[in-house]
Amino acid sequence: MTFELLIPLLAAAVQSGTPILYATLGEIFTEKSGVLNLGVEGAMIVGALAGFLVSKFTGSPVLGLLAAGLAGSLATSIHGVVCLWFQGNQVVSGLALTILGAGLANYLGTPYVGLSAPGFSPLALPLLSEIPVLGQIFFNHDPLVYLSYCIPPVMWLFFAKTRFGLNLRAVGEHPAAATAAGINVVSYRWLGILGGGFFMGLGGAYLSLAYTHLWTTNLTGGRGWIAVALVIFAFWRPIRAVYGAYLFGGVMALQLRLQASGTQLPSSLLLMLPYILTVFVLVLSSWKKGSSEEPAALGVNIEPVD
Amino acid sequence: MNMLKAVLVLTLSLFISTANAGEKEMKVGFVYVSPIGDAGYSYAHDVGRQAVEAMEGVTTSYVESVSEGPDSGRVILNMARKGYDVIFATSFGYMDPMLKVAKRFPKVAFLHCSGFKQSENMGNYFGRMYQARYLTGIVAGEMTKSNIIGYVAAFPIPEVIRGINAFALGVQSVNPDATVRVVWTKTWYDPATEKEAAKSLLDVGADILAQHQDSPGPQEAAEERGVYSFGYNSDMASFAPKAHLTAPVWNWGPYYVKIVEEVKNGTWKAGSEWPGLAEGIIGLSPFGPMVSQELRDNVAAVKAEIVAGDKKVFAGPIKDQNGVVKIAEGVVAPDADLLGMTWFVEGVVGTTE
Repeated sequence: MTFELLIPLLAAAVQSGTPILYATLGEIFTEKSGVLNLGVEGAMIVGALAGFLVSKFTGSPVLGLLAAGLAGSLATSIHGVVCLWFQGNQVVSGLALTILGAGLANYLGTPYVGLSAPGFSPLALPLLSEIPVLGQIFFNHDPLVYLSYCIPPVMWLFFAKTRFGLNLRAVGEHPAAATAAGINVVSYRWLGILGGGFFMGLGGAYLSLAYTHLWTTNLTGGRGWIAVALVIFAFWRPIRAVYGAYLFGGVMALQLRLQASGTQLPSSLLLMLPYILTVFVLVLSSWKKGSSEEPAALGVNIEPVD
Repeated sequence: MNMLKAVLVLTLSLFISTANAGEKEMKVGFVYVSPIGDAGYSYAHDVGRQAVEAMEGVTTSYVESVSEGPDSGRVILNMARKGYDVIFATSFGYMDPMLKVAKRFPKVAFLHCSGFKQSENMGNYFGRMYQARYLTGIVAGEMTKSNIIGYVAAFPIPEVIRGINAFALGVQSVNPDATVRVVWTKTWYDPATEKEAAKSLLDVGADILAQHQDSPGPQEAAEERGVYSFGYNSDMASFAPKAHLTAPVWNWGPYYVKIVEEVKNGTWKAGSEWPGLAEGIIGLSPFGPMVSQELRDNVAAVKAEIVAGDKKVFAGPIKDQNGVVKIAEGVVAPDADLLGMTWFVEGVVGTTE
């Protein structure tokens, strides 16, 4: 593969990594509060449909994006009701959300399959896009990619420096201690679930409003599950999620480009690359467990206080 | 109160359905693998269904998004139980479930699209889409400047490989220097992956894209980069007005009407049918404004030859990618070979694995 092909490949890595990045950040946000939400895929697809429909009928992709985030939150609120109000099993509830979300979006979206809606188009950033190499890779995308650049540092700041963020982490680490410190544990977990759902919805909207401007059933194509795995790869750190998402996006883009460049390797083998990478990365990251920031109370429900 | 309403609606609907049955209308059912939507494979079948619906004394209904396998068996069984006279199942994976149901309902006519199994009352049918692919290949061969043509393809199965080969032969008939590069997505319908596959082809210099997918994802990529593309299944011009050259499309209406007529008259016999350009089952959607009149005339001339039976797409000599002669001079590949095709013709870059 020559150098001229490398730049488009890296640019494609950023783009195909972006929906996964949004979803991974959403899941990190939720898990930091101690709630495991395996329903990322469900929240994404609901967000993708909501964003598409609102953009189609209002003509405004920005409103669509907002609607996608809210729809994502609405979808994950089911998870909140099950886990926070009824102390339901978080794993089962998350799986149910995946199935429910896919079913609901496919049902409601059937009349709109194959239609297109106004969406976000590539917009080269002035000056920045003229930087050689880096400009083409990072600053020649649609606005949603630029938005995704801003979220990880802000989320890092939120967790590390703000009172809300520290409280949220406390709830995820040690709910009993947090309660003793006067933190309303349930409210913070709601914040984690709904906030995380918002980002998952944005990830879905990226697929229906920016990557393509189409709606179809199963648009998310399993990307929500990749996000769940990437949270572990990222050690629950927003900045590391960026590497993970782009690495994964890059491998997906690479296998298509290897085919296009006329390789004689069987396409079935190339298609396995992202999944081989996932296994490899999980093995590698368990070696360095020391730097992981996995919340101690992840997946543990809070007993109601009488 | 709500309960009362529900009961009322239920009784009313029962009444209506029995009233319909009393008129002895012929009932025709269709099973689709995906939502109908606005373009694509199932949409094309549904346009055909509407032609049947327009017939006198015939009502139709359909079930969409039926997954292949046991689920489809239930849907087909349900239709047979409800007294449907003709049932069309339009996806490959419906074959075995349909065969089972067909044995239990000998009076119902079953038709399966794209498969190969049949019985006393179950026939199969498909269209010679490769003929239309050949015609689009001519357009691509004439219009490419880089001599690299990209082809976004779903799965390496004979149907898709045959289409790619026919397309490449069409390209080479007017432009022997051009190559066709294939990228497999291993999905029928994932617009994001298909678009990414299309971009990867554009990055290696392709200036025209063809596709064997069910979504307009590749069209969008072509439109964004300002190059040309072919749709598939149904007219996809609305997704990429500046890029869309034409699309090989299905036109099931006449065929479905013919079958229903035959069943009505009692002349239908289960068999295996593979109609093509000559029968009008497949064709090309209207050309975009960028296709010159001269080129349109050329394509029309070749089409006329194929329709007349003077020209066969897979007539030798045809070599495979390694330069080995697969179809000898003077030989026309028999249908059985076409249905089991697993090799690429010379000039295709890619693997069938």
